[in-house]
Amino acid sequence: MTAATPAAPRPSTGPIALAVVRARSWKVPIALSVFALGAVVLFIGFAAKGRTDFRFSQSSDFFRIPDLTVAAGPVAVVLAIVAVVMAAASWAIVVRGRRVHPWFTAVFAAVFMAGFLTWAAAGEQLPFTALLLGAVTLSVPLVFGALGGVIGERAGVVNVAIEGQLLGGAFCSALVASATGSMTLGLVAAAVAGVLVSFILAAFAIKYLVDQVIVGVVINVLVTGLTNFGYTSILSADPEHLNRRMTLPNLPIPLLSDIPIIGPVLFDHTIIVYIAYVAVAAVWFGLFHTRWGLRVRAVGEHPQAADTVGIDVNRTRFWNVSLAGAIAGLGGAFFTLGSVGIFTEQMTAGQGYIALAAVIFGRWDPIRATLAALLFGFATNLQNILGIIGSPVPSEFLLMLPYVVTIFAVAGLVGKSRAPAADGKPYVK
Amino acid sequence: MKLELRGITKRFGSLTANDRISLTVEPGEIHCLLGENGAGKSTLMNVLYGLYQADEGEILLDDVVQHFSGPGDAMKAGIGMVHQHFMLIPVFTVAENVMLGHEQTRGLGRLDLPAARARVREISARFGFDVDPDAVVEHLPVGVQQRVEIIKALSRDAKVLVFDEPTAVLTPQETDELMDVMRRLKEQGTGIVFITHKLREVREVADRITVIRLGKVVGEASPTAGNTELASLMVGRAVELTVHKEPAQPVDSGLTVNGLTVLDAAGAKVVNDVSFEVRGGEILAIAGVQGNGQTELTEALLGLQAKVEGSIELDGVELAGRSVRQVLDAGVGFVPEDRNEDGLVGEFSIAENLMLDRSSGAPFVRGGNVQTKALNAFAEEKLKEFDVRAASIQTPVGRLSGGNQQKVVLARELSRELRLFVAAQPTRGLDVGSIEFVHKRIVAARDAGVPVIVVSTELDEVAALADRIAVMYRGGIVGIVPGDTPRDVLGLMMAGEHHTSEGEAA
Repeated sequence: MTAATPAAPRPSTGPIALAVVRARSWKVPIALSVFALGAVVLFIGFAAKGRTDFRFSQSSDFFRIPDLTVAAGPVAVVLAIVAVVMAAASWAIVVRGRRVHPWFTAVFAAVFMAGFLTWAAAGEQLPFTALLLGAVTLSVPLVFGALGGVIGERAGVVNVAIEGQLLGGAFCSALVASATGSMTLGLVAAAVAGVLVSFILAAFAIKYLVDQVIVGVVINVLVTGLTNFGYTSILSADPEHLNRRMTLPNLPIPLLSDIPIIGPVLFDHTIIVYIAYVAVAAVWFGLFHTRWGLRVRAVGEHPQAADTVGIDVNRTRFWNVSLAGAIAGLGGAFFTLGSVGIFTEQMTAGQGYIALAAVIFGRWDPIRATLAALLFGFATNLQNILGIIGSPVPSEFLLMLPYVVTIFAVAGLVGKSRAPAADGKPYVK
Repeated sequence: MKLELRGITKRFGSLTANDRISLTVEPGEIHCLLGENGAGKSTLMNVLYGLYQADEGEILLDDVVQHFSGPGDAMKAGIGMVHQHFMLIPVFTVAENVMLGHEQTRGLGRLDLPAARARVREISARFGFDVDPDAVVEHLPVGVQQRVEIIKALSRDAKVLVFDEPTAVLTPQETDELMDVMRRLKEQGTGIVFITHKLREVREVADRITVIRLGKVVGEASPTAGNTELASLMVGRAVELTVHKEPAQPVDSGLTVNGLTVLDAAGAKVVNDVSFEVRGGEILAIAGVQGNGQTELTEALLGLQAKVEGSIELDGVELAGRSVRQVLDAGVGFVPEDRNEDGLVGEFSIAENLMLDRSSGAPFVRGGNVQTKALNAFAEEKLKEFDVRAASIQTPVGRLSGGNQQKVVLARELSRELRLFVAAQPTRGLDVGSIEFVHKRIVAARDAGVPVIVVSTELDEVAALADRIAVMYRGGIVGIVPGDTPRDVLGLMMAGEHHTSEGEAA
């Protein structure tokens, strides 16, 4: 049938829109209610006594901000009530069929956290600046690891080996820095170690098409074994020359480091931390605004399409997994040169897996992943500080805190995120 | 630019996919490559595009021998390809897709998006396309996505364009527009290779036709050749292009669907308030461009969808909200649209696949044990009845051809006592011989008094089988029309135009 067609309508060029029934998501109100209930039980049920003293400055600071001292009991109660009111409001918002704005959740989190700190530090001094400073410091290896994860996964290779890259970087940085006496060479060695770990991942995942998650886990076990062996049989044999305590000096940035609170928290660090700042910006800019990034993302989303425009998929993946390893390996140097100065067995303690969680929580975006890493760092440091000042919360519970935050963050708050479409899938023509 | 393939041979193991194929495409010529699925058309084009290397033979452009080690080389030489499955990154914008692989940059290595946008606009203007360079590709209708593919090829100054089954995803109207685009390209001196198995399209635009069967060139034809002539060249024997069926004798009972709505995970109404009925002894064809809710509708009928509202009543029994097991037990037979994904277990033998839906009890399972003897006897019988060409009933289904796989699915689904038969894309990817067979079995089920629903995106199939036709568009039914409704009316309905009355399309 080739009958003349009546004037054909132009195919619409707009986006395809289907009628959408927005399923009401009760996730946020339920979560807020649980926290509000927790606030009522803790802040009112176990009412705090005494005063809480928030310290914002140290005596050595150029500008000093006076301490904030509040009556712990009443303030915590007031904040608990605010939390309950906000939780109720979130129910009202959802019942009316609207979404709870992320800012609303953020303000709730701030209120809850303020109440929690007031309550937990009752009768004590809470060093607020130290709390934030530690959060930044502790998140640095997570930031490096997460950047390594973001690059690998954007290119289509799941980088579970972050843990191994961090650990390998930590080991080699300590060894090389001690042996040569140059911490710069130590940093270089850390990156090289990360690349070497990546080569194993890349070879098995890209060339031999082995399941990437399994290879990653095996690599982590392998690196743990290798570094343990190296530590006991090499480093411990001659610690004076092979595992000397060396730490990078703090390099306060003139003027910026004198700003109250922000200065000491962000601008008085070792070179590794500044490298992290630059790396986050560079990876973000690179991924979304350069040829390199466009190709990396193309290869991770639709490798066949990339192939048909002349991009060598497996070569691109190979070099970007290597780059990811270099970045994560550099993060490993933070454990040694950036903080304690020497290598000890399994000193990364699962931080690589937390970094992987930050990648997912951060929706495969370098900036968001960095924010996620900061959140995890904050949770860890909160546990440290509350442990030091002595709080009513049992220390066993506090130890769980970073991981509980991780699970909640990844499971509950990520929402609808979409991994690169070809993430974890080997490309075979 | 003149393209010439000389004696191209490509082997995969013992299979010769292309056997000494030669063809020439002159500038400003549309050369049709006609052949069935599996005839070797796509392999040939992948050789041309550098994705595969030929074992023998050579590719010449303007009489110069070329060596392509990858698509990059082919593109540089001026060959562009519009792939059957679009080679576009869904989450990128149109401009990003067009620039990918030959990006221009400005200061600091930043991508030069303004230049890419300008290029998209310039080419769009040249061919009268209306494409927004900043639209994200996955949000565009397929017809527009195809234009992005064309723009992509032209932005690299392609002199020879290969269209690989370009009309499979288009409405008839979009197909007509594509034909216009091809003619315009031709006027501007582009050589076109048009791969298809649809005779109507070939005769409309081709300047020259080369027919391929089983990897070999079996003949050339002129565009004036008749349908039967082309079809028999393509298949290698005389074929019947129409299914013989008597007028339907519908009975009163059957399936009644009322206000059926299906939500996907994001809450979008992928099936929107659909109502229809199918009576015993008639075939209701559900036509529409792929992705307009047909898949979800058939899955909802079978109980495979999670969020379903409305009623599905079969002979007075409510099926909505029942489990798949209960729906099957109510007498529903189902041929899924992707047989490899949902219809068969490739590693299992033919016999095992034939009992997949009856693994919970007699006659094939007693006391938890598979009754091998009963199963084998049953499988042997079905092998004969459905003309499955296989070494034995123990052959893994994954090793069969598409046609034989589909016969196994049909054998399983049609060998129970049915009260409803749902076949989704029953002949997708099959050769003409198998299509004839499948169509005959579907008509036989109808004649046995079973209500039959056939979902198809191929208007030829809809026209051949349907007693009545329901056209779906964006989740809803645009209208239900008689089986002999003209193609152009159906085409308008597939684009969402509501059908008002017979012969008077809105």
